[in-house]
Amino acid sequence: MDVLYFAWVRERIGIPREAVDTQAATVMDLVDELRGKEERYEAAFADISALRVAVDQQLTDFDAPLSGVREVAFFPPMTGG
Amino acid sequence: MRVAVQDAAFDFGAEAAAFAEGRAVSGAVVTFTGIVRDVDGGLQAMEIEHYPGMTESALTDIASEAVTRWSLEDALVIHRHGRLEVGEMIMMVATAARHRKDAFEAAEFLMDYLKSRAPFWKREITTDGAEWVAARDEDEDALTRW
Repeated sequence: MDVLYFAWVRERIGIPREAVDTQAATVMDLVDELRGKEERYEAAFADISALRVAVDQQLTDFDAPLSGVREVAFFPPMTGG
Repeated sequence: MRVAVQDAAFDFGAEAAAFAEGRAVSGAVVTFTGIVRDVDGGLQAMEIEHYPGMTESALTDIASEAVTRWSLEDALVIHRHGRLEVGEMIMMVATAARHRKDAFEAAEFLMDYLKSRAPFWKREITTDGAEWVAARDEDEDALTRW
Protein backbone atom coordinates (compact mmCIF):
# COMPACT_ATOMS: atom_id res chain seq x y z
CA MET A 1 0.00 0.00 0.00
CA ASP A 2 1.03 3.61 -0.35
CA VAL A 3 2.07 5.34 2.85
CA LEU A 4 2.09 9.15 2.83
CA TYR A 5 3.65 11.61 5.25
CA PHE A 6 2.88 15.29 5.69
CA ALA A 7 4.35 18.33 7.46
CA TRP A 8 6.98 17.51 10.14
CA VAL A 9 6.26 13.79 9.84
CA ARG A 10 7.42 14.03 6.21
CA GLU A 11 10.47 16.04 7.26
CA ARG A 12 11.49 13.55 9.96
CA ILE A 13 11.10 10.54 7.67
CA GLY A 14 12.67 12.37 4.76
CA ILE A 15 10.23 11.34 1.99
CA PRO A 16 6.64 12.34 1.16
CA ARG A 17 5.44 8.83 0.23
CA GLU A 18 6.53 5.25 -0.26
CA ALA A 19 5.10 1.88 -1.25
CA VAL A 20 5.11 -0.48 1.74
CA ASP A 21 4.66 -4.23 1.45
CA THR A 22 2.91 -5.20 4.67
CA GLN A 23 0.54 -7.71 6.19
CA ALA A 24 -0.25 -5.38 9.11
CA ALA A 25 -3.82 -5.89 10.33
CA THR A 26 -4.28 -2.41 11.77
CA VAL A 27 -2.75 1.06 11.50
CA MET A 28 -1.01 0.50 14.84
CA ASP A 29 0.56 -2.73 13.54
CA LEU A 30 1.86 -0.78 10.53
CA VAL A 31 3.28 1.91 12.83
CA ASP A 32 5.09 -0.78 14.86
CA GLU A 33 6.53 -2.26 11.65
CA LEU A 34 7.74 1.13 10.44
CA ARG A 35 9.25 1.97 13.85
CA GLY A 36 11.35 -1.15 13.63
CA LYS A 37 12.78 -0.19 10.23
CA GLU A 38 15.02 2.77 10.92
CA GLU A 39 15.70 5.50 13.46
CA ARG A 40 13.99 8.19 11.35
CA TYR A 41 10.66 6.29 11.63
CA GLU A 42 11.12 5.93 15.38
CA ALA A 43 11.67 9.70 15.54
CA ALA A 44 8.51 10.39 13.55
CA PHE A 45 6.30 7.92 15.44
CA ALA A 46 7.77 8.45 18.94
CA ASP A 47 4.58 10.07 20.23
CA ILE A 48 1.45 8.66 18.60
CA SER A 49 -0.76 11.12 20.48
CA ALA A 50 0.90 13.89 18.42
CA LEU A 51 -0.22 12.24 15.17
CA ARG A 52 -3.36 11.77 13.11
CA VAL A 53 -4.02 9.11 10.50
CA ALA A 54 -6.16 8.87 7.37
CA VAL A 55 -6.99 5.58 5.68
CA ASP A 56 -7.98 5.89 2.03
CA GLN A 57 -8.27 9.64 2.65
CA GLN A 58 -10.70 9.35 5.58
CA LEU A 59 -9.63 10.42 9.05
CA THR A 60 -9.67 7.45 11.38
CA ASP A 61 -8.08 5.94 14.50
CA PHE A 62 -4.90 3.96 14.98
CA ASP A 63 -6.87 0.78 15.63
CA ALA A 64 -8.49 0.97 12.17
CA PRO A 65 -8.17 -2.23 10.09
CA LEU A 66 -6.01 -2.18 6.96
CA SER A 67 -7.65 -4.97 4.98
CA GLY A 68 -8.18 -3.83 1.37
CA VAL A 69 -6.73 -0.40 2.08
CA ARG A 70 -4.75 1.34 -0.70
CA GLU A 71 -3.44 4.45 1.03
CA VAL A 72 -2.50 5.36 4.59
CA ALA A 73 -1.37 8.87 5.54
CA PHE A 74 0.30 10.07 8.74
CA PHE A 75 0.43 13.72 9.75
CA PRO A 76 0.31 16.09 12.74
CA PRO A 77 -3.00 17.65 13.84
CA MET A 78 -4.30 19.91 11.09
CA THR A 79 -3.95 23.68 11.27
CA GLY A 80 -6.03 25.11 8.43
CA GLY A 81 -8.18 28.21 8.24
CA MET B 1 -22.02 24.70 -3.18
CA ARG B 2 -18.43 25.20 -4.25
CA VAL B 3 -15.13 24.11 -2.75
CA ALA B 4 -11.80 25.30 -4.17
CA VAL B 5 -8.26 24.40 -3.10
CA GLN B 6 -5.77 26.53 -4.97
CA ASP B 7 -2.38 28.19 -4.76
CA ALA B 8 -3.55 31.26 -6.69
CA ALA B 9 -4.83 34.36 -4.91
CA PHE B 10 -8.57 34.99 -5.04
CA ASP B 11 -10.52 38.22 -5.30
CA PHE B 12 -12.53 38.36 -2.08
CA GLY B 13 -14.80 41.15 -3.31
CA ALA B 14 -15.56 39.48 -6.61
CA GLU B 15 -16.15 36.11 -4.96
CA ALA B 16 -18.44 37.62 -2.32
CA ALA B 17 -20.38 39.65 -4.90
CA ALA B 18 -20.83 36.66 -7.21
CA PHE B 19 -21.93 34.52 -4.27
CA ALA B 20 -24.52 37.08 -3.12
CA GLU B 21 -25.83 38.02 -6.54
CA GLY B 22 -29.27 36.96 -7.73
CA ARG B 23 -30.45 35.45 -4.48
CA ALA B 24 -34.23 35.59 -4.17
CA VAL B 25 -34.78 33.24 -1.23
CA SER B 26 -31.67 33.79 0.85
CA GLY B 27 -32.20 36.72 3.16
CA ALA B 28 -28.70 36.46 4.60
CA VAL B 29 -25.21 36.06 3.21
CA VAL B 30 -22.28 35.79 5.63
CA THR B 31 -18.67 35.88 4.47
CA PHE B 32 -15.44 35.40 6.36
CA THR B 33 -11.86 35.61 5.19
CA GLY B 34 -8.63 34.63 6.94
CA ILE B 35 -5.53 36.76 6.47
CA VAL B 36 -1.86 35.96 7.19
CA ARG B 37 -1.11 38.10 10.21
CA ASP B 38 2.16 39.03 11.85
CA VAL B 39 1.67 38.93 15.61
CA ASP B 40 5.25 39.21 16.89
CA GLY B 41 6.80 41.31 14.15
CA GLY B 42 9.04 38.57 12.77
CA LEU B 43 6.79 36.71 10.35
CA GLN B 44 7.90 36.82 6.71
CA ALA B 45 5.53 34.33 5.15
CA MET B 46 3.36 31.30 5.76
CA GLU B 47 3.70 28.03 3.88
CA ILE B 48 0.62 25.88 3.68
CA GLU B 49 0.89 22.20 2.87
CA HIS B 50 -2.14 20.08 2.07
CA TYR B 51 -3.13 16.54 1.11
CA PRO B 52 -4.26 16.66 -2.53
CA GLY B 53 -7.40 14.60 -3.01
CA MET B 54 -8.27 14.28 0.64
CA THR B 55 -8.40 18.05 1.09
CA GLU B 56 -11.09 18.50 -1.54
CA SER B 57 -13.19 15.60 -0.25
CA ALA B 58 -12.82 16.70 3.39
CA LEU B 59 -13.91 20.25 2.51
CA THR B 60 -16.83 18.94 0.45
CA ASP B 61 -17.95 16.74 3.36
CA ILE B 62 -17.71 19.64 5.82
CA ALA B 63 -19.58 22.02 3.51
CA SER B 64 -22.28 19.41 2.78
CA GLU B 65 -22.78 18.90 6.49
CA ALA B 66 -23.20 22.67 6.97
CA VAL B 67 -25.72 22.87 4.11
CA THR B 68 -27.76 20.04 5.62
CA ARG B 69 -27.63 21.15 9.25
CA TRP B 70 -28.58 24.78 8.61
CA SER B 71 -30.68 24.30 5.46
CA LEU B 72 -28.34 26.61 3.58
CA GLU B 73 -29.19 27.73 0.08
CA ASP B 74 -25.50 27.75 -0.76
CA ALA B 75 -21.99 27.53 0.68
CA LEU B 76 -18.54 28.46 -0.59
CA VAL B 77 -15.12 27.46 0.71
CA ILE B 78 -11.87 28.64 -0.86
CA HIS B 79 -8.57 27.64 0.76
CA ARG B 80 -5.11 28.41 -0.56
CA HIS B 81 -1.89 26.43 -0.25
CA GLY B 82 1.74 27.21 -0.97
CA ARG B 83 3.66 30.28 0.16
CA LEU B 84 1.64 33.27 1.34
CA GLU B 85 3.09 36.63 2.37
CA VAL B 86 1.93 38.63 5.40
CA GLY B 87 -1.33 40.40 4.57
CA GLU B 88 -2.42 37.87 1.93
CA MET B 89 -5.77 36.12 2.22
CA ILE B 90 -5.48 32.43 3.09
CA MET B 91 -9.07 31.38 2.78
CA MET B 92 -12.70 32.44 2.72
CA VAL B 93 -16.07 30.94 3.48
CA ALA B 94 -19.50 32.20 2.48
CA THR B 95 -22.93 30.96 3.50
CA ALA B 96 -26.40 31.86 2.25
CA ALA B 97 -29.54 31.15 4.25
CA ARG B 98 -33.06 32.45 4.70
CA HIS B 99 -32.14 33.84 8.12
CA ARG B 100 -28.96 35.41 9.44
CA LYS B 101 -28.64 33.14 12.49
CA ASP B 102 -28.29 30.09 10.25
CA ALA B 103 -25.85 31.87 7.94
CA PHE B 104 -23.65 33.03 10.86
CA GLU B 105 -23.72 29.68 12.67
CA ALA B 106 -22.97 27.70 9.52
CA ALA B 107 -20.02 29.98 8.72
CA GLU B 108 -18.63 29.48 12.23
CA PHE B 109 -19.12 25.73 11.95
CA LEU B 110 -17.23 25.75 8.63
CA MET B 111 -14.37 27.72 10.17
CA ASP B 112 -14.15 25.48 13.25
CA TYR B 113 -14.05 22.32 11.14
CA LEU B 114 -11.61 23.80 8.63
CA LYS B 115 -9.19 24.47 11.48
CA SER B 116 -8.85 20.91 12.65
CA ARG B 117 -10.57 18.51 10.24
CA ALA B 118 -9.31 19.63 6.83
CA PRO B 119 -5.78 18.39 5.99
CA PHE B 120 -3.85 21.66 5.93
CA TRP B 121 -0.64 22.36 7.82
CA LYS B 122 0.84 25.83 8.32
CA ARG B 123 4.55 26.57 8.56
CA GLU B 124 5.66 30.00 9.71
CA ILE B 125 8.72 31.46 8.02
CA THR B 126 10.25 34.01 10.38
CA THR B 127 13.52 35.90 10.57
CA ASP B 128 14.64 33.18 13.04
CA GLY B 129 13.80 30.23 10.78
CA ALA B 130 10.80 28.08 9.94
CA GLU B 131 8.43 26.31 12.31
CA TRP B 132 5.26 24.25 11.94
CA VAL B 133 2.27 25.83 13.64
CA ALA B 134 1.06 23.57 16.44
CA ALA B 135 -2.62 22.75 16.72
CA ARG B 136 -4.29 24.44 19.67
CA ASP B 137 -6.48 22.62 22.16
CA GLU B 138 -9.03 25.43 21.81
CA ASP B 139 -9.46 24.56 18.14
CA GLU B 140 -10.29 20.96 19.00
CA ASP B 141 -12.53 22.06 21.88
CA ALA B 142 -14.40 24.39 19.50
CA LEU B 143 -15.81 21.35 17.69
CA THR B 144 -17.64 20.09 20.77
CA ARG B 145 -20.22 22.89 20.58
CA TRP B 146 -21.50 21.55 17.26
